[in-house]
Amino acid sequence: MTYQFTVSPDFTPDHLSGWYIFNTWLQNQTDNAIHLEMYNDFHEQRAAIQENKVDLIYANPFDAAMLVREKGFKPLARPLGISDEAIVAVNADNHVEDVAHLSAGIKVAVTEDPDVHMMGMIMLEPADLDASNVVIVPSDTYVVVAKHLLKNEAEVGIFLAEAYDDLSNMIKKQLRILVRSQIGVIHHSLMIGPRLLDQREKIQNILVQMAGDEKGKGVLDSLGFTQWQVVDDEEMEFMIDLMDTLTM
Amino acid sequence: MLHDMKAEYIVGDFTEVTLELYGGLSRKVLYTEIETSYPDGKLIVSTTDKKGVITHVNRSFIEMAGYEESELIGAPHAILRHPDMPPAAFKDLWDTVNKGVKWQGFVKNLRKDGGYYWVKATVIPNVRNGEVMGYTSVRRKPSRTKVEECIKLYPTLF
Repeated sequence: MTYQFTVSPDFTPDHLSGWYIFNTWLQNQTDNAIHLEMYNDFHEQRAAIQENKVDLIYANPFDAAMLVREKGFKPLARPLGISDEAIVAVNADNHVEDVAHLSAGIKVAVTEDPDVHMMGMIMLEPADLDASNVVIVPSDTYVVVAKHLLKNEAEVGIFLAEAYDDLSNMIKKQLRILVRSQIGVIHHSLMIGPRLLDQREKIQNILVQMAGDEKGKGVLDSLGFTQWQVVDDEEMEFMIDLMDTLTM
Repeated sequence: MLHDMKAEYIVGDFTEVTLELYGGLSRKVLYTEIETSYPDGKLIVSTTDKKGVITHVNRSFIEMAGYEESELIGAPHAILRHPDMPPAAFKDLWDTVNKGVKWQGFVKNLRKDGGYYWVKATVIPNVRNGEVMGYTSVRRKPSRTKVEECIKLYPTLF
């Protein structure tokens, strides 16, 4: 049978080809036929998960609870040293120096990325801001979030820290960071579904040995990773509990 | 094990009081009026066993509480208990999480140096194979408005 692999739609565009290279490498290493399906957005991807089409996923932490508790997925691995962090930024001309001084009714530009959105909104709480008293400005990409700030179409932008750091210097000069999260324990994970579970240990071993192999290292480079690190069940449960506290 | 606080660790003028804690414990605490601001962008995370004994703390927890990690692991979570916190708040916390439900509230925590810091805390039971194994507590920066409300409300709850 052919298994389906999919990647959280918030992947960095520069790494799109890297995921295809990784999928080819994984097929060769595991002797499985695996089809990589890239969904356009989280809604499409979640619909596919609900229809039990997905067997392997590089999952956003926001979806981990659903994957584990409703769909029987188990964690495999995470990229070593990479966690999801968020940035709250404003136009450099904005006089606000502290998040606490932001006012109700402001426009907040965000992408669809669920964990970054959540972390960003938490960082707005010290100003008594929440979904009920801000105007969300949906944006397709982080570059669009930045454009909304530059054109004063939004007072605040919520960014994945990595995406903010990757903006051009010209754009960054016109923006100012109010807060950068330092959470460290929220991360994407490679997860395996019920039809592949009997190969979990084998695939985990292949992944952790990847960095020691010349070809495997090249594949990791194409993803922007240095190494895979095993995620055990308890580590995943810990992150799910943590995410659960943050969605309240 | 929960030791009495020691004057040698306290920074500034302090007041001394003996707190009666949950489970028949009592502790002499020394506290000052010095506030440490909650750092932007950080989460304070800890886990406890079912009895509230600390099993894990993150770096932010250590920095804000002012204790060494070795002093925290194995200690009751009440090591952070500030005398200005009404016992009713903690009763509500335990009553809620014992039902398997998340609890959220604003808490004034006591530092090793006698100072304090306010947090917005969320506590969740860690359910594994249908059984509660312990609790995870995550604190984030509270709004000043909510803290001011608590400063007025909490003294009325004793």
